Amino acid sequence: MNATALEKLQAAFPEATISTVLDSAVIAVQPERLIETLSHLKNDKDFKFSLLLDVTAIDYLEYPVAQEARFALVYTLRNWQKNMVVQVRTPVHDPDAGVPTATHLWDSANWGEREVYDQYGIRFIGHPDLRRILNHWQFKGHPLRKDYPIKLGQICYETDSMEKEIRARLALKGVSQSTMQDINTEIMFLNLGPSHPVTHGAIRILTALDGETIVANVNEIGYLHRGFEKTAENLTYNQVIPLTDRLNYCSALMNNIAYVKAVESWLGIEITERTKFMRVVMSEFFRIQDHLVCIAANLVDMGGLTNYWYLYNEKEASYDLISRLTGARLTSSFTRIGGMYRDFYEGWEADMENHIKNIEKGVSDSYKLVAQNRIVHDRTQGVCVMSKDLALSYGFTGPCLRASGVPFDLRKDAPYYNYDAFDFEVPVGTKGDLYDRLMIRYEEIFQSIKIIRQAMKMIPEGPIFVSDHRVALPPKSQVYGKIEGLANHFKLIFEGVKTPPGEWYDSFEAANGELGFHFVSDGSGRPYKVKVRPPCFYIMGGFHEMVEGSMIADAVINLGCINIIGGELDR
Amino acid sequence: MSVTVKIMERKGSSFLEKIYLFEIFKGMRVTLGHLWRNLCDNSRLYVRHYPEVKPEITPRWRGRHRLTTHEDGTVKCVACFMCQTNCPAKCIMIEAGERMDGKSEKVPVRFDIDLLECIYCGYCVEACPMDAIRMDTGIFSVTSYDRESVFVGIDELLATKGAFDEEEYKKGGA
Repeated sequence: MNATALEKLQAAFPEATISTVLDSAVIAVQPERLIETLSHLKNDKDFKFSLLLDVTAIDYLEYPVAQEARFALVYTLRNWQKNMVVQVRTPVHDPDAGVPTATHLWDSANWGEREVYDQYGIRFIGHPDLRRILNHWQFKGHPLRKDYPIKLGQICYETDSMEKEIRARLALKGVSQSTMQDINTEIMFLNLGPSHPVTHGAIRILTALDGETIVANVNEIGYLHRGFEKTAENLTYNQVIPLTDRLNYCSALMNNIAYVKAVESWLGIEITERTKFMRVVMSEFFRIQDHLVCIAANLVDMGGLTNYWYLYNEKEASYDLISRLTGARLTSSFTRIGGMYRDFYEGWEADMENHIKNIEKGVSDSYKLVAQNRIVHDRTQGVCVMSKDLALSYGFTGPCLRASGVPFDLRKDAPYYNYDAFDFEVPVGTKGDLYDRLMIRYEEIFQSIKIIRQAMKMIPEGPIFVSDHRVALPPKSQVYGKIEGLANHFKLIFEGVKTPPGEWYDSFEAANGELGFHFVSDGSGRPYKVKVRPPCFYIMGGFHEMVEGSMIADAVINLGCINIIGGELDR
Repeated sequence: MSVTVKIMERKGSSFLEKIYLFEIFKGMRVTLGHLWRNLCDNSRLYVRHYPEVKPEITPRWRGRHRLTTHEDGTVKCVACFMCQTNCPAKCIMIEAGERMDGKSEKVPVRFDIDLLECIYCGYCVEACPMDAIRMDTGIFSVTSYDRESVFVGIDELLATKGAFDEEEYKKGGA
């Protein structure tokens, strides 16, 4: 964040302490002033932080440095025009009494605050729907509190009927009790999922129907919740990398890169040029994979199975390159802090060129079937529209936000890894309907291919690891032959890469949108806290806005279109 | 070099698109083109006759583990617990004992890997300071009728041979 913006912040909030961490500003306020500060940041014309990226809390119970209160609450905001990130922190003295909610400012606060309540037990005064989100409704305790016993398995014996929530939603939509009881306008309740082909995973969509039209909708997620964040607290920084594979498993390597990028930025490590280009090539390649899965599955939902073969065949073939390179098809675990696990293998250029040529052919063929097809137009144009303001309010990022007409892409607005050296276009939609979301993914595939071709020409020779002994494992020859190398190796494996104490947020443009990591470090080799900001969590939070008023069949293709991935949605 | 914003054009308003059939026949041309090409030459079809034809396993492939031996056939592992420490899934269990042949001080008397817990990340191979554990067996399918048989012990790990020769394995980057 630049100096003038910081001065403006300090002038606007004279009482608050403002510090800069990496590229973001951190404003510490007392709970009484929290909502005032947030609302000023959102509405003032100088700031306009229209995106609430994430809400999280930190439990300082075991933190070596004494803090003002046991819990702290952090709101991460972004101004997408000027690319400014601000984190507003407040101490929580009494989690049961709680803090005032920010749901009236941003709709994304609804799910964000629910997650904090679920994981940390902090109440939000005035929250419209404060209940658990990732853990099941019969769960006792709050798992991300430091005193929660990690081995305590809790089983859900009964499903949550969600009757209260859907009735509340119906009441909000103005459907009265008498309408519901009248035989002509009677509302029917229908569950899509949790286990159903249209959900592409496990997610429960409860709809209230009038005929085939969805009047109200509430969703239940968390079926794939496996406690990524809690597990990560007990592992070293490098050991978390295999777990990040399982976040968005359609583009595992992108998560690896996003994770290590976040750690490296705090350590202040400048990775080698070759590594940067490697990461660009691989993340664009995986962006293509992710979009291929999304479009292919989406068109199957729509009834266009032929597209599936044209797209999925190429994705399947791409696994040849991926497994030759990383040693696994799906769970790549290919990055390490400070570099990459391995260099490219001999002859990768030919393989890559071959794959992207085939992908281009497959995607073009599918595009020819879809682009001017009236069935696709009739099913997608003007359906499940998400307006620009609503999309921002719900914290949309990535292709779904760009479809609504917001030209925001971290590769363009906050370039990392030399992205500003490439020549490419960021496709932006106009209406924010299903059609825009679908076509943007098509275009992004072509743009990613363009970036890969440029990066392949520019990639320099050189080492793939930094030569910093605090971070990188020594080469095997030194481990086998020299005592210094062996001692270094032992120390790094046993203690992990040590990070200086502090807290930071770093983000990455993943295939689905902004993938952010909020870390808290206590100076040891294990993260004190990791919070993932999964892009599709907030997109799913706005799902009901898109489908209410549409038909059931539209909800099905909309779910495919926003590309929710259970692994990162539920963590 | 520049990054620019491209506003997507919305299709669907032209007369030819509205009458539906014209574009559908154009689409059919693509599909029939695929059909024709596949009839003429089906070698490019993405079908593998598994299990008769096995997938390609490369030297980097992280398959089932094995323990390597010295040239005289004795175990290389010195029971230093590095792999066990570095394992994110905590699936390796080692018990160390005294070594009598003078090659090192310790030797594993038990070395168990729970393959149902293993996430095949290769961190044990990376951590090993002796090149004693490798995942180069090329075994990618670990299946059984009971849990006990996928809980592999030291004998089975030592008995499995690598699928690649030394030079090929090193070329993989190890």
